[in-house]
Amino acid sequence: MITMKRLKFVALTMLLGLFASVVSVNAQDVAEGEQIFKNNCAACHNTSAEPLVGPGLQGVSQRRPLDWIVKWVHNPQAVIASGDKYANELYNKFGKAQMTAYPNYSEAQIKSVLAYIDAQNAAPAAAPAAGGAAPAAAAPAESNGGMLQYILIALLGVMVLVLIALLSIVTTLTKLASLSPEEAAEVPLLERIAENAKKLAANSAFKTGAALLITLLIGKATIDAAYGVGIHQGYAPEQPIHFSHKLHAGNYQINCAYCHTGVYKGKGANVPSANICMNCHNVIKRESPEIQKIYKAIEKDEPIQWIRVHNLPDLAYFNHAQHTNVGGLECKNCHGEIEKMEVVQQRSTLTMGWCIDCHRKTDVNAKGNAYYDKLVEIHNSENKGPLKVANIGGLECSKCHY
Amino acid sequence: MENTTKRYWRGIEELKNDAEFVKYADREFGDAPSADEKEGAIFDGTGSHRRDFLKVLGFGMSAVALAACEAPVKNTIPYLNKPEDVEPTIANWYASTFVDGGEYASVLVKTREGRPIKIEGNKASSVSQGTLSGRAQASVLSLYDNEKLKGPQKGGQAAEWATIDKEIVAGLAQVASSGGQIRIVTNSILSPSTKKVLGDFIAKYPTTKVVTYDANSAAGLVAANGVLPSFDFSKAKTIVSLGADFLGSWIAPTEFAAQWAKTRRVSSAKDGNKEMSRHYQFETIMSNTGANADYRSTYKPSQEGLVAAALYNAVAAKVGATALSVAGVKVEYLEKAAADLVATKGASIIVSGSNDPAVQSIVAATNALVGAYGTTIDLGTPVNYRQGSDADMNAFISEAKAGQIAAVIFYNANPVYNHPRGAELAEALPKIGLTIATNEKADETASLVKYNTPDSHYLESWNDAEPKKGFYSLTQPTISTIFKTRQAQSSFLTWAGAASADYAAYLQASWTGILGGKVQWSQVLHDGVYETGASVSAATPAVNLADAAAVVAKTYKASSEALELAIYEKVGMGTGSQANNPWLQELPEPISKACWTNYVAVSQKTAADLKLEQDKEVELTVAGKSIKLPVLVQPGQANGTVAVSIGYGRTKAGKSADGVGANAYPFVTTVNGTLAFFNTAEVSVKATGEEVKIAQTQTHNTVMAREAVVQETVLSEYKKNVEAGRFKPEILTAEGKKTATDISLWNGHKYNNHAWGMVIDLNTCTGCSACVVSCSAENNVPVVGRQEVINRREMHWIRIDRYYSSDASVEDLQGLEVASENPEVVFQPMLCQHCNNAPCETVCPVLATTHSTEGLNQMTYNRCIGTRYCANNCPYKVRRFNWFRYYQTDEFDFHFNNDLGRMVLNPDVTVRSRGVMEKCSMCVQRIQAGKLEAKKEKRRPKDGEIQVACAQSCPTNAITFGDMNDPASEISQLLAAEKVGRAFGVIEEINVKPSISYLVKVRNKEREAKKAEGEAKEHA
Repeated sequence: MITMKRLKFVALTMLLGLFASVVSVNAQDVAEGEQIFKNNCAACHNTSAEPLVGPGLQGVSQRRPLDWIVKWVHNPQAVIASGDKYANELYNKFGKAQMTAYPNYSEAQIKSVLAYIDAQNAAPAAAPAAGGAAPAAAAPAESNGGMLQYILIALLGVMVLVLIALLSIVTTLTKLASLSPEEAAEVPLLERIAENAKKLAANSAFKTGAALLITLLIGKATIDAAYGVGIHQGYAPEQPIHFSHKLHAGNYQINCAYCHTGVYKGKGANVPSANICMNCHNVIKRESPEIQKIYKAIEKDEPIQWIRVHNLPDLAYFNHAQHTNVGGLECKNCHGEIEKMEVVQQRSTLTMGWCIDCHRKTDVNAKGNAYYDKLVEIHNSENKGPLKVANIGGLECSKCHY
Repeated sequence: MENTTKRYWRGIEELKNDAEFVKYADREFGDAPSADEKEGAIFDGTGSHRRDFLKVLGFGMSAVALAACEAPVKNTIPYLNKPEDVEPTIANWYASTFVDGGEYASVLVKTREGRPIKIEGNKASSVSQGTLSGRAQASVLSLYDNEKLKGPQKGGQAAEWATIDKEIVAGLAQVASSGGQIRIVTNSILSPSTKKVLGDFIAKYPTTKVVTYDANSAAGLVAANGVLPSFDFSKAKTIVSLGADFLGSWIAPTEFAAQWAKTRRVSSAKDGNKEMSRHYQFETIMSNTGANADYRSTYKPSQEGLVAAALYNAVAAKVGATALSVAGVKVEYLEKAAADLVATKGASIIVSGSNDPAVQSIVAATNALVGAYGTTIDLGTPVNYRQGSDADMNAFISEAKAGQIAAVIFYNANPVYNHPRGAELAEALPKIGLTIATNEKADETASLVKYNTPDSHYLESWNDAEPKKGFYSLTQPTISTIFKTRQAQSSFLTWAGAASADYAAYLQASWTGILGGKVQWSQVLHDGVYETGASVSAATPAVNLADAAAVVAKTYKASSEALELAIYEKVGMGTGSQANNPWLQELPEPISKACWTNYVAVSQKTAADLKLEQDKEVELTVAGKSIKLPVLVQPGQANGTVAVSIGYGRTKAGKSADGVGANAYPFVTTVNGTLAFFNTAEVSVKATGEEVKIAQTQTHNTVMAREAVVQETVLSEYKKNVEAGRFKPEILTAEGKKTATDISLWNGHKYNNHAWGMVIDLNTCTGCSACVVSCSAENNVPVVGRQEVINRREMHWIRIDRYYSSDASVEDLQGLEVASENPEVVFQPMLCQHCNNAPCETVCPVLATTHSTEGLNQMTYNRCIGTRYCANNCPYKVRRFNWFRYYQTDEFDFHFNNDLGRMVLNPDVTVRSRGVMEKCSMCVQRIQAGKLEAKKEKRRPKDGEIQVACAQSCPTNAITFGDMNDPASEISQLLAAEKVGRAFGVIEEINVKPSISYLVKVRNKEREAKKAEGEAKEHA
């Protein structure tokens, strides 16, 4: 049976490899196209046929000639103005929403975007599989901790049961040995238990033990509670506008950086300004009462007062660019599965212990970054394991406190 | 502190071993007197009792319990419509221009989320060369001054711009139609476009005259030379200054300091430069420049003209010119200076701080004799820093008194405060029908006018400047106007009835002429500067020497027994225009180390003669006017003189300035038609019996008899041996004598990545203290105020230690007694040395101060519990304990207890709370930011890309910062050259292995014969 399984696995791997090699013919293009698409197009277009702000782009490369697409991307306004029939129809169909012009993308880059769209439609199943790998890898680590705790509790329970059983056996046996059977039979069971309980309550050793136990438990609870002060894991305040990340990041797969413009550049990821909302919502769902709130804010010239979900104390310096751009971390590493959250909540503890823990475990994203070359070289000459963040001063105070 | 051959001291009290000094010498924190001794318990901070402790404990616990219940809701408020070039948390830099009166600097303004937070020098400017004075550094805080006028006012009541404009236009029209005289009173205007605007105004109202004056007038210099010449000290081999504090306050000190430093930099490398300029200073007060001179001696103000004439005669005798027939005057080193001037002909320069045209004429003639024109002095490219005419201003005040003026507009000028005849003007103002001031505050002058039309701060304004002929720069707004202010230029355009009052458009239009279509406006705006190049001329000014000599002979005396008053400008405070800037108020003056006041400075001998004591108040009376100020005993000042600085005694500048010190402007007299910054008429001082303590930092944190904190040598010895003057401590061990740096308990640290370090050249540090202000701005260093400085609790992360010394050897007691007559001075910037064997790190019980893998000594405020063990154990005394919540407490009313003032805070640096230790972090926020930039671009940081605030702001580049692990970096190369040479660590004998090295100071002077003898004996 084992051999059967292994055989199946080998076959599957080979099949996947074959598939991958076919795809990788223009994998470079597709990868580039994916990045361009996600950063620029995904806010308004689906790769499927389903329309978003603009039309779904499935089959666009068959629908329109390449030179037309290039012209359109470079300057849609000009194409509409030239009286192009298709363009004008499209323009009217989508509520006269103007598409942003991208004059800087070369024909090759636009081709790569088209390649990406085609690849998406050709292999719809492949994408989720690739994407799903990361959370799966992360999950066991977390569930491991949980499991262990349950096992421990269960073991404790079993041990207590065993203890009680043993004790009762011992008392019964002692009783039987010391008393005559008649006496034993005379006293009813309940009375005997009550009498024993009284005796136990009078036992000073037992009293001390119980008091100690209670003190310890209270102490433990207090310490646990104290450690929890200032930790707002699960904090999910109601925002002034019911914005759904599930809809935007999940269903429509808008790239995080489209709205959080600073995430690869600066210290803050930045809550998007209203004009970013307006890129789409000057056309889409204008009538929704939630969207109307944005309109009102702009009319009254009063900024929207969002509620901060992730609050670091002022004494801690955190820079998004260091972690996302340089460290190559995904947003969900710290923020959890935002794309599944209707209301955003704080998933991580954001405690210093949590930071330090990650700095201990995480490998430095040194590949291809000349900044780290010397450090990696020195590290490899002295150690066997990979270079961790902790190895290059990731645990030092003034990395975060200054 | 004793060196091998010299004795150094930080103040007279240390030299004399004063009781007060001894009392505090071994007290780490100079603890304030206990609560019952002193009122104002808030400043005490020591009076907690057991019950208080319990109260605090109880409160703390309940606060924690409450905190656990509910987190405070914090909002995050994004832009509605984000400007394209603003990315929150990422700084934007704009090139602009700082102009305050005649002070100029091309600057780069750092803004965060649309608010300026730091000013740095623009290296693209060949005029200011990236240098910035402390005042320019501090100007960003003046932007957030809450006491500025918040909008236009009529008769002290808020009004609307439209109404005011209407009334002013009507008023001006009426005056013009009746032929009434209109005056615009202003300080020097550097902006050609503003002058054009004023031209438009005059065209509309032809009876208008512009009266330009300068509080620190240089009219005499202009009169003698025809123009204000460009000086270039970098080409000089012999520099002679007659009372011109050109490194501290004279004309354009930071530019001159940069030039001067180029002639003072030596290198111990094999083929390194070992030549230095020789700098002579003859002066009355101990100035910042005098402190840096190789030879220095003193004269009394009444001798000034004759000293200039004597120098001329000495030079003339050597080059064969006819001597002037004036009384001779004996000044030490004058002959020697003349000999050097002639010897280095063509590379010599003489500058004089006198404002007397006759004296300046003689100096100009001397300069012509030594071939200065065309090399070190250039009349072909005049500068515009001082355009004021003392005669015009005098005439205006007389006219105003006579009721001949119908309307006056004060264009950012405050003559009631900063002109000697200010009181007369104040009395005359009600006689003028229409009075307008564009001053940003209702100051001494503006509070007396009818209409206040406040100008915007330069960081909110458009403007241009032409500091030097053919050298232009632009000012652009970096924040929209905070209050309802309007640019004065727009006001003038409005009143002149221009079609558009949009000065930005006006400016751009006027610049199309300057640029001539060759360069794009946007490019110039980006660069901040536009330079067409200098047109050097070897022309010498036409000087009537005989007349000048006659005037000098009449005005000055060869000797005088009377007490004389010298009036000078302090390096930090300047003319007092930014007196309400607490950073400047708290900046210790480089020489006296006093802050938060001016004072009557006297030499030790004069103090003894007049029975004056330090910190005792006196009444200074000059020609009937008197002020009260405390006495400060100043070594090196001319005997028989008292000196008072201008810039203090403001009455309507704001909380930080009002009532601080006393105003010395009324003592300025007019001599030979120009303002004279001295007074020889009936000067008397009388003790009032009051004790007024001067907040003086000179003896805070004494060196506790440690050796060789500063090290110095003279050029001739340095040429022979690059390690001359080095003190190499040796320690006797069981294995014999060993170099102190070879003995250590520790294994040391390993730096794989970076090793940040600093080299400070004592030879080029002038003590100007621009770095101190820069550091305060960058690192949110709090201002503590006068009383707290007296309590020895100043917070500056970097301080400039000033040591006096004399050539008298340590054993020469009599020599030491007279040492304070004319001591030598050394400046030593002192900041956290980031020791590799840091004594502070080993004593912290909570590991709040630790060592990083990049060589930094880290201070973690949130971990610190305030035991202060680290400060106790710090040999350099650079750790500062934070006693109060300076940013929230109303007792510390220095701009930071309001939201507007706090806008200046650097958001990348924690605002420390009370109860923690703080110190120089080596601008770790900049290091981290620079590293991140490099990592993002997948490369190593480039040398010079990461710059700490103090090094960046040093006008003379005395501070070099960099990565000592990068062999190509400037610091590595400098250290390689100086390792066998001038580089030393302070207090090497305790071997804490500092990351900061200092370079031995080299003086270009000959050792006195007496001294050399003494040494020979010692060695024998």
